[in-house]
This record gives sequence, C-alpha cells and structure tokens, in this order.
Amino acid sequence: MRLYDLARVLRSKNAGPFALTLDLMFETEEDFDRVLNANVLEPATIGRLYRVAPADVLIRPFRRIRTIKITLPRAGASSGAPDDRDVYGSQQHFPLADLEV
Amino acid sequence: MKELRFLSLTGMLGYGYPLESLRRGLARGVSFIGVDAGSTDPGPYYLGSGQGFVKPRQVRRDLEHALLAARGQRIPLIVGSAGGSGARPHVDAFLEILGEIARERALHFRLAVIRADVPKDVVIRALNEGRTAPCGPLPELTEEAVRSCTHLVGQMGTDPFLRALHAGADVVVAGRACDTAIFAALAIRGGFDPGLALHLAKIAECGALCARPEGANDGLLGTLRGDHFLVEPASAQRACTPDSVAAHSLYEQPDPGCFHEPEGKVDLTGCRFDAVDERTVMVTGSRLVPNGRRTVKLEGAALRGYRAVTIAGIRDPLAIAHLPEIEEGVRQAVAGNLRGVIEASAYSLRFLRYGLDGVMGPAEPPALHPPREVGLVVDVVAPTQDLAETILSLARATALHQSFPGRKSTAGNLAFPFSPSDLSAGAVYEFAVYHLLEGEDPAVLFPVEIREV
Repeated sequence: MRLYDLARVLRSKNAGPFALTLDLMFETEEDFDRVLNANVLEPATIGRLYRVAPADVLIRPFRRIRTIKITLPRAGASSGAPDDRDVYGSQQHFPLADLEV
Repeated sequence: MKELRFLSLTGMLGYGYPLESLRRGLARGVSFIGVDAGSTDPGPYYLGSGQGFVKPRQVRRDLEHALLAARGQRIPLIVGSAGGSGARPHVDAFLEILGEIARERALHFRLAVIRADVPKDVVIRALNEGRTAPCGPLPELTEEAVRSCTHLVGQMGTDPFLRALHAGADVVVAGRACDTAIFAALAIRGGFDPGLALHLAKIAECGALCARPEGANDGLLGTLRGDHFLVEPASAQRACTPDSVAAHSLYEQPDPGCFHEPEGKVDLTGCRFDAVDERTVMVTGSRLVPNGRRTVKLEGAALRGYRAVTIAGIRDPLAIAHLPEIEEGVRQAVAGNLRGVIEASAYSLRFLRYGLDGVMGPAEPPALHPPREVGLVVDVVAPTQDLAETILSLARATALHQSFPGRKSTAGNLAFPFSPSDLSAGAVYEFAVYHLLEGEDPAVLFPVEIREV
C-alpha cells in the first residue's frame, strides 16, 4: 500500500526558510505501527528521495497523535530565493508519499 | 484561583476574524488582546523590499475593531512583528494605519514602539567574536552576507514587551518578535510558570488554528493557571479537542517534543492534553529548560536581481517529448545573442514544466505516461529589470520557433494566454541571514519608545 493511501494526513511545510517538515498522520495506532515497523522511513531512504545527506534527516514518531514527523534541509534554494520552486514548501510530500509499505 | 486570561485576536493580523468572536472573547473578561502580525512564510521579498504581505485595508479592518475593543475595556493591545516582517518600513506603515484610526476615532492612549532593526556593525562584531551560529541547515555567517542585506532584524523575546508594559503602555507595537513573546510576557511577569506560558503562547499565536474546524482567521482564548493552561476557541462554531491541540505542536516545527525560544527550550515530552468540556482543553506538563546563554534570531534578506516571466501551454505531443532539446536550443541562442552584453553565468533562465516536473524538478521520478499538455513557465532573474525583460523576450521568441527532430507544429510550439505575453515581477530577494546572535543586551537591541497618542 502507498503511504499516501494509508495516511489520513500527509503534508509538507517550511520549518523556517531553510528546512522542510513532513507530517504523516494515521487514523489508527495499527497503521502508525505498520509504517514504523516497515522500516521504510529511514534517513538513507529519505535522503536519497530528497537529495540530502541522511545525517541531516530527523525522524520523530509522536505516538500521542499517531504521527511521524520528518524534518530535512531544503535541497535546492531556500524559501523564495531565485531558484526556489515552492515558497511555502507545501507540495514537497512527494516522492515520500509514493513509498510502499 | 490565580489565573490570567487573554484573547489571541486571529492567526495573522489582516487575515480577518469574525467580530462575534472578538465580542465573545471580551465577554469572558480578558487581561489583554494579543496578535501576531508577521511571518517569514511568504518568503524573503517582504523583509527585503520593506513591503507588507497583507494590504493596508486588511490591517486597518482587523486593527480598528481590536483597538476600539481594547480601549473600551482599558486593557493592553499587544502587536508583534508589525507590518509583516517587522523592520523599520513595516513598523512605520503599521503606525501610520494606527495613527489614522486613532485620529478618526478620537482615541488617546500611551503607545510603546519597539524597533527590531539590528545594526550591521553589531552583527559583524559578534561574527568576528564568534557569537553567531546558523539557525538551521545553512552556512556560517559571513561579513558579506550581513552587508548584503537590505533589512536586518532580530526576533525579540519577552524582555522588551515587559519594559513596554512596565512603562504603562496601552498599545504595544513591536517590530520583529517571537510569536510567543506577545502572549507570554505578561504571564511571566505575573509569576506564572514560564514553560506553560510559552507553550500556551505558541498555540495561541496561530489563532484558532488548533481548533476544529481549523481557524487561522479566528480568535482563541488562553487561560493560564498555576499548574496548567486552558485553550478554547473564541467562536462557538469551533472546538478544541485534546488531539487537535496536541497536533498543533507539529505545525511548522522541526520536533514535536520541544521548541526553542530566547528564554530556553520548552520541553513538551511530559505534556498531557485533557478535555475539560466539549470545546476546552487543559494542558499540563510543559517545562522550560532555560538556556545558559540568551540568543536572538536574526533575519536578513538580500537583493538577488530582477525577475521577468512568461507562461505558455504546450499541447503538441512531439513538442512535449522534445522539451529538453527546445530548452537547450533556447539557452544557446540567448547566450549567443547576448555575448558581450552579459555572461550566461550572470543570469538565471529556468523552464518550469508544470504537468511534468514543475514542482519537484530533478527530484521527480520519470513520468509513466506523457501528459496531455504542459504548462511552461519561463523564468528569468537578471541583474537589472531591463536585462531580465530582454533575456526573457529572446528566450520566449526562440522557444516559440525552436526546431526539433520530427517537428510537425512548424508554425509555433507555445500557446500564450496573454498579450503582452511577458510579465515583469520586479525585485527578487533571498534570506542571506538566518542566524543566532549571542551575548547582546536586549535592552540595547530592542529600544522601547513611549509616545502619547
């Protein structure tokens, strides 16, 4: 199953002008655990998909609200710089959302 | 029971709020009205250019009702990051609107104006003394980066607000400020737990965004008590739930377990979120871990050139399939034509291909099926507006007629929706400074000026 289909909310947004934060929220604890245990959300995978160093990828599960948060540097330009493509960073949840679990 | 209640007017001054929410909020008895008026979210243009990202008419509407309400109740109105980016021109534009309302409504009050502009030589001295550090994934600060900024501000914490309120201010207009400082200053002065006060402030600065339905353009009531705080939307149409409030700690934050303010790290790992009734949530366990050293976050934007763009549709499947060749042909033609005028390295020429990979660019995996049509944005950034327009004009004309193998659409590759087809987008800025500054006295960095209006 694609992460996009499993998650209730899957979104991206700037965390300051130089970083992106991706939130994956799940309807049930079972879905949340399924993704955590599938070992697809690894810094190496995220780093490859988003063209950043795995060491710069922060992955934080938040069980209280069945959410996994991923924060990473913007690979290209900072928000609104001449080479940027997404000022608010709000459409950067792909290619993550295409991962299979 | 000792408590402090306040109203967060809306998530962003200028985004609007229902007047009924203001009325309901005030009816509960609040000690002050606070509102955040700024953000870096819309990008560096606004700080760089000195412009606001909401229009004066929007600010006037939101401010007028709040000011009349605050003066009517004799409670402070506290505005942070006035004018959007909180540098001198933003604060001045805000003060002009405030003055206009005061004159027309014959209001008299004590106004505190807190500037947030940080002199470049202060930052350069700190840089040379090793008192600066990147705030996030960006390079170390350089003197060149500091000098390149058109505006450079620091985010003030609670101290300057406290000085303003201590001086008896009825209205506080602050330049760039931490969103939390607007709402936490009075609470910390009142002896409330600073961890709870800052966490409540962090939630409140977004208005009713933490409620369901979400309302960034609506008010939120915050009530601080000894060992907990309560949040409740001002509008009866919304409700806060334990999940909706807990989820807010994710918003635009790198780590759901903590956030950082000039006062220190606020640790949320021990938080509990409990429903008090159907609309109100009680939060306990937020804890401030003070910093050994006080830091101020600096923001500076530098001019990077001037932009011109054109938008065109491509429907022909062979033209879509040969977009890389068309792009390469255009690059070569433009560079050749302008030899001796400008080097290709001195301008940026981009083809943003919406429908193919416009959003993700090189990170987008190859498409399984070619799209029916592509929206092409040709984007030029060059050292002057005239050069940007000239480069775009050359690029647009070349792309329209660029040949490629097997071409059938030999009369033109692009469908332009407008005449003129080219748009001038003006100055382009970039965040050049986003760093922490250590060891400066906030009383010097953020002077409080008192005026009688």
